[in-house]
Amino acid sequence: MKPIYLDYASTTPVDPRVVEKMQDCLTFEGDFGNAGSRSHSFGWKAEELVEEARLNVANLVSCDPREIIFTSGATESDNLAIKGAAYFYKNKGKHIVTSKIEHKAVLDTCRQLEKEGFEVTYLDVDEDGSISPEIVKGALRDDTTLVSLMHINNEIGVINNIEKIGEITRDKGILFHVDAAQSAGKIPINLDGSCIDLMSFSAHKIYGPKGIGALYIRRKPRVRLQALFHGGGQERGIRAGTLPTHQIVGLGEAFKVAKQEIDSDFKKINSFKIKLYDGLKDMEEIYVNGDLENGYPGIFNLSFNYVEGESLIMALKNIAVSSGSACTSASLEPSYVLRALGRPDELAHSSIRFSFGRFTKEEDVDFTVDLVKTSVQQLREISPLWEMYLDGVDLSKIEWAS
Amino acid sequence: MAYSNKVVDKFEKTLKDPEAASVGRWKPGDADFDKVGTGIVGAPACGDVMKLQIKCDEVDGVKKIVDAKFKTYGCGSAIASSGQLIDMLKGKTIEEAKEICNQEIVDILELPPIKIHCSVLAEEAIKKAINDFESNDEIRKHNQ
Repeated sequence: MKPIYLDYASTTPVDPRVVEKMQDCLTFEGDFGNAGSRSHSFGWKAEELVEEARLNVANLVSCDPREIIFTSGATESDNLAIKGAAYFYKNKGKHIVTSKIEHKAVLDTCRQLEKEGFEVTYLDVDEDGSISPEIVKGALRDDTTLVSLMHINNEIGVINNIEKIGEITRDKGILFHVDAAQSAGKIPINLDGSCIDLMSFSAHKIYGPKGIGALYIRRKPRVRLQALFHGGGQERGIRAGTLPTHQIVGLGEAFKVAKQEIDSDFKKINSFKIKLYDGLKDMEEIYVNGDLENGYPGIFNLSFNYVEGESLIMALKNIAVSSGSACTSASLEPSYVLRALGRPDELAHSSIRFSFGRFTKEEDVDFTVDLVKTSVQQLREISPLWEMYLDGVDLSKIEWAS
Repeated sequence: MAYSNKVVDKFEKTLKDPEAASVGRWKPGDADFDKVGTGIVGAPACGDVMKLQIKCDEVDGVKKIVDAKFKTYGCGSAIASSGQLIDMLKGKTIEEAKEICNQEIVDILELPPIKIHCSVLAEEAIKKAINDFESNDEIRKHNQ
């Protein structure tokens, strides 16, 4: 059997409606032209499709289409926003603020800037994983030029209060970049009248193709970026490179469908989360990582104490999920996000992320509840830690030889 | 992590029928508990804890491991490595068991390089269990 896919936060299948639109932009019979060709109808048609897609992106997040530029994905958007702003405004200051639970695309970009002489503050998060506006406020300095924070965290689903944080940064004249890779099309975003200056988007997290994303760059007040790619001057010189029409059309269509289905998708996904949690909550020693009440329900992270995450994933072989366990990562380090929440390492090792999406079915969730219960029970049966727990041994008091 | 079929097999069999796979424990008060040596290695924070127990008895004048049990918290290959260790132990003399080297487990289970530490843990577990048995044995002889 094909495993049940519960890893939508990692990537999503492309919606068939999106595929259909993309197919029309590839072959000789279709609209294959280069949007940069000004001298013939092939180019004009491609440009028309690109602009339609740009409008679809703008419509989902309520901004002007001229504020959207296309990139290869959210990683490039994050790089362009952070490095582009840091370089452009470096004479104003060289201090950047971000948090400890950002995606690697933001963290590694900031690390690179540190090597280049910039200073970066990595904010702590609250116990539920959110970044409090007060902590942001306290970290701002006279030489801070940029704050970069995520909207929804990819591991635990916590939602940051970006409206409130934006008011603080705007008040100080500091740019605010938001990584919305996990939130666009999942929860409402309204950039019109907001204090957000830059926002990164990805297509493949919202039923579009991989390899395409977008960056919102505010026009009023105007945000300037130093380009990272140079070439044919596409995207007003901010991002050179021939526009991949089929990819852009896919992104646009995915965002258009998302706008239509955002409420029904959310409702369905929320009911799945409730169903999963109701099915599992009576188990002993399980912990919710993140905000049970207010988090995004499509990303639901649980720790099953005394069971190691990778072994649980092996036992759940008919379900595709991911874990914060060190054993599933190449680095052998447990999730830095869960560590930042103050979770002990053993709970990070025991964590599983369940991520639902548009094509999840109710019976998938029923199946998952049963399989998780059985598998956790089986693994605890062979776990020496579970045995100690049942014997009443306080594991934190034991001196482990490591 | 792409494991060999051997790891997957061992893991799944252990889960399906723990008793047949020698999952279990001897605890104080059990008959013959004085013949049991216990080794616990690893740490919860590192994601691996292996508990190995061996029961030893004199057979034809030599000390042999007549039975062994384990419990393991850890990734799939840690669980499979413990099971493999058990298979290798039973019937061996203590002196033979001391010679067990982690590379044997690596070879049999075809462990990927990043999982070699699981086999090292298994080797440490048997060394520690033997050590425990032998020091208990000393005390026992002393008290006789």
